[in-house]
Amino acid sequence: MLRLPRFKYLRPKTATEAARMAAEFGPRAMFVAGGTDLFPKLKRRQFEVEALIGLDFLPRQIHGGSTDCVVDAGVTLAAASSDNHLIESFAGYAEASGQVSSPPLRNAGTVGGNLCVDTRCNYYDMTYEWRKAAGFCMKKDGDICLVAPSSPRCWAVSSSDTAPMAIALDGVVSLTGPDGERELPVSALYRDDGMDYMAKQPTEVITSLRLPADSATRTAYVKLRRRGSIDFPIAGAAVALQFEGDTVMRCRIVLSAVASYPLEATAAEEFLKGRKVDAETIRETADIAAKPAKPLDNADLSHFWRKRMVRVVVEQALQRATTRNQGSTVKLLGRQPD
Amino acid sequence: MTTTREFGVVGKPLARVDAVTKVTGRAIYADDMLLPRTLHCRILRSPHPHARILSIDTSAARRIPGVQAVITGADLPIKFGILPVTQDERALEHEKVRYVGDPIAAVAAIEEEIAAAAIDAISVEYEVLDPVMSIEDALAAPRDERIQDYGGPNNIHKLVALEFGDVDAGFERADHIREDVFFFQGNTHLPMEQHSAIATYVDGRITLWSSTQVVHYVHRALAKVLELPMNRIRVIGAAHGGGFGGKTDPFAHEIIVCKLAMMTGRPVKCTLTREEVFYAHRGRHPVLMWVRTGATRDGQITAMHFRTALDGGAYGSYGVASTFYTGALQTVTYDIPAYRFEGCRVFTNKPPCGPKRGHGTPQPRFALELNLEKISHELGIDPVDLKQRNFVKPMTRTVNWLRVTSCGLDECTERVMTASNYRRRERRPGHGMGFAISSYLSGAGTAIYWNDMPHSEVQIKVDRGGVTAYCGAMDIGQGSDSVLAMIVAEELGLQPADVRLVTADTDTTPIDLGSYSSRVTFMAGNAAIEAARKMRGMVVEAAAAKMGCDTSAVEVRGGRIGDFTFEEASVLAEARFGTLTSAGSYTPPKLAGPYKGSGVGPSPAYSYSACVVDLDADARTGLVHVNKIWIAHDVGRAINPLLVEGQVEGSVYMGLGEALMEEQAFRKGLHKWPSMLEYKSPTFVDMPEVETFIVETDDPEGPYGAKEAGQGPLLPVPPAVCSAVYDALGVWIDEVPVTPEKIVEALRRKEKGEPGRFGPTRFPAIPYPPTIKVEPPPRDLPSAAPAAI
Repeated sequence: MLRLPRFKYLRPKTATEAARMAAEFGPRAMFVAGGTDLFPKLKRRQFEVEALIGLDFLPRQIHGGSTDCVVDAGVTLAAASSDNHLIESFAGYAEASGQVSSPPLRNAGTVGGNLCVDTRCNYYDMTYEWRKAAGFCMKKDGDICLVAPSSPRCWAVSSSDTAPMAIALDGVVSLTGPDGERELPVSALYRDDGMDYMAKQPTEVITSLRLPADSATRTAYVKLRRRGSIDFPIAGAAVALQFEGDTVMRCRIVLSAVASYPLEATAAEEFLKGRKVDAETIRETADIAAKPAKPLDNADLSHFWRKRMVRVVVEQALQRATTRNQGSTVKLLGRQPD
Repeated sequence: MTTTREFGVVGKPLARVDAVTKVTGRAIYADDMLLPRTLHCRILRSPHPHARILSIDTSAARRIPGVQAVITGADLPIKFGILPVTQDERALEHEKVRYVGDPIAAVAAIEEEIAAAAIDAISVEYEVLDPVMSIEDALAAPRDERIQDYGGPNNIHKLVALEFGDVDAGFERADHIREDVFFFQGNTHLPMEQHSAIATYVDGRITLWSSTQVVHYVHRALAKVLELPMNRIRVIGAAHGGGFGGKTDPFAHEIIVCKLAMMTGRPVKCTLTREEVFYAHRGRHPVLMWVRTGATRDGQITAMHFRTALDGGAYGSYGVASTFYTGALQTVTYDIPAYRFEGCRVFTNKPPCGPKRGHGTPQPRFALELNLEKISHELGIDPVDLKQRNFVKPMTRTVNWLRVTSCGLDECTERVMTASNYRRRERRPGHGMGFAISSYLSGAGTAIYWNDMPHSEVQIKVDRGGVTAYCGAMDIGQGSDSVLAMIVAEELGLQPADVRLVTADTDTTPIDLGSYSSRVTFMAGNAAIEAARKMRGMVVEAAAAKMGCDTSAVEVRGGRIGDFTFEEASVLAEARFGTLTSAGSYTPPKLAGPYKGSGVGPSPAYSYSACVVDLDADARTGLVHVNKIWIAHDVGRAINPLLVEGQVEGSVYMGLGEALMEEQAFRKGLHKWPSMLEYKSPTFVDMPEVETFIVETDDPEGPYGAKEAGQGPLLPVPPAVCSAVYDALGVWIDEVPVTPEKIVEALRRKEKGEPGRFGPTRFPAIPYPPTIKVEPPPRDLPSAAPAAI
């Protein structure tokens, strides 16, 4: 069977200590929180490290209240998805947390870890032996992209469910580096690059996620995947809307799994602002939102169908956000977890 | 063997005899075993789908500290294979590789990581050959060379052409004729436990513990390849984490660990990675099918012509049998008066296919059910009515000489019709229900290699310590150990927990051919009844003598033999007869028809199933949501209804996976997704409610009237899903898996005025041999029945 390679496991007591260890080891070490994505990737030799820096010292509290909500990075996805304050005030975020993978993995996986989850590609998420047989790709051990061989870049797909929602909610992460702390909007945390997909310094530890209280009144996350559990998203839409009367005053629509970073549908946001939400507006907004999505043939099901489905997930997310708490239920895609 | 007496344990939903050890993690699987000084083995596999091996350099691997042995094909040159006619595999291939994953070299090292590093250090020089990746490709002339050096023309492995009755006349008699082409995609077993084997070599004897369904066939293959007499090899079935047909061949890693143990004198273990399990495979063949059926105006079938083309992968495996199976059982559910079957299996550069739950029959069942469904729509007859009009009758012979004894098709159909309210279903766009039926063997009537010996044997020993039953049968999770214990307990008036079992060990148990073809309950069960009744006779005789009465006056029940406890009676019997042992065996009746190929299809009894699927299908997205499945299964008699329900529902689950998502897909010569995350199989939340009905027809030859339950109920699920999709959206998806993109595409075509259908459009030209014409048997059973009835 596949075995974990040998590595050193380091146990810092603070984020600063963790960041200094990361600085010392450089690319020969990685942070580990829940490890639900990291350990399989070590077994498949997608990651090769000398040391893992454990982040189990991170606090695990959700600091709710009348102002901003601060979610410690060590909070598990299971805890985030079932937290009453999050469910009431940031329903879409709780929803996104609750749709990551499967119950056992949500019990281990963390809020910080899901923001940092590696980009995916079905030419890359394979064992060493498979990748060797296929020919290595540029993301690990090779120098070309197997999905788009003429492309100079890597097209691995951003596969976080919670990152699009955190962006839609104007979320801000606290980062601790070797020499200090800073805040960074989640929208600035990612780059359009399948390989070098995070804009933070590799030495920086995400210690918490702050969701501003006024970032949303109505939110929703709709995820498309083949099965009701386990699967990474193959398309998804996170929406956060603020109304004045019937009119949308503020709106953010962020797509998951259709690019190498969480893709904000800015044109659709502009379109929706200042309008009243009805079936027709939702349809038009979704049409506009789907345009920039360019799924490639490197995830489950055909990219033509996935492209077509982007419109559907955006529509459903908008419907769900606007009808939530109004007694109306939107029938969601596929079979949803009970 | 029918019995009308009241049962003590038969028919009771008792917990499995191994339930506690399994759920508490105490069962010992092969990978759990770690003997002192165990070495770990890893296997180097081909990165190319088709290549000649020019050289193999293992010197760097041998230099790695901790490496104890490195072997290549030169160390294991003798070929083997499950069927005597296709001995085409080597444990390690040193001349030519035929699929990505074909084993080339193996390493034994003190740690698995070291073995893995050593494998990576072996350098192999290849001459890469053009790969053959599809049925069409395999039928054409090879661009480089053929995959195998037998069979042909081109990459054809096997061709079959049989005709029973006058098919042309049958079509002439028809008022309506319909042709369809269908495709059933290949898929794999996906057992929870990967294959694992550990071997020792002590005092010149090999002992192998393996996760296998067929200890006896592994035993034979080891003797052949290792050139050892069978009495110097012992094969033991370790606790089993699921097979579904995927552990029914002798496998390379089983031979390799034995060889490495012989070379190093240390125990050697190999557990396949999940990726390697996808390559070991032997799963469902992808099958392209063409069917032509003639029917009268009122829906009576007059003739059927069925063609199949199987994508066999790189080696023979069970392929010859699989090919015949794609044509054998069409006649066992519907009375087809004239039937022609033409089958073809090709080699391709993919992992070899073989038996998966339903072996070779779910594919034609899919085509047959949908073809009849379409005919009924064209004739304006309700599909359930049309099918029912053609149901076979009990105690008949089919046109291709298969003997049908008990048959509960009508009752199964009525049960699911009534419970599902199919005939009065809610009609709205996007909602649909579909119906299908099926049948499967209760054990193959012939062994894999030709012999006249029993297919299953049971020995029972009774002594001061109680009752022990010995049988070669391997419990692969289906519960065969529990069934054996229940049968022995039933006959001796005991409880299953009173019976110790020793199973699946070639040194200590008499033979059972293995857990395949749904044969264990029927065959080992009958052998157990015979052995247990002999034992009961002795105990009863001893008790009667002491009681001074006739043996017929001695009651056997509730742990008592007449006036005595079982222990007291067994002491009396041992005093009277000496050592108490008894044996029973089962040999199936000779049922094969008078033609070549007739060995595939006959079974001492057939199970029957009927199924209704209720689903919602969304026209915009193509997404399907299965709401509920009703299934009725004629198991003859449920020896343990809990186990029967488990098997039926497990079959439904697997059938649903095949219908909606499972797919062995290949890209650039490689398996596209050899992992449990990317190869999609339904999860708990994807599983709908299933309502199961057990139908008991009391088969005349089954143990207490029992037939099989483990495979047949899978078969009706895929066609019922497709019928339900048609009912919901008015489009036919003529291939599985039914993915959302196929539904969307079929709807798009329909909107454009094209046929509302997704599926293959043509069946290739295949050079079938001249048809062998077989005279049908007398259809009425009593005049043609063998002595066994």
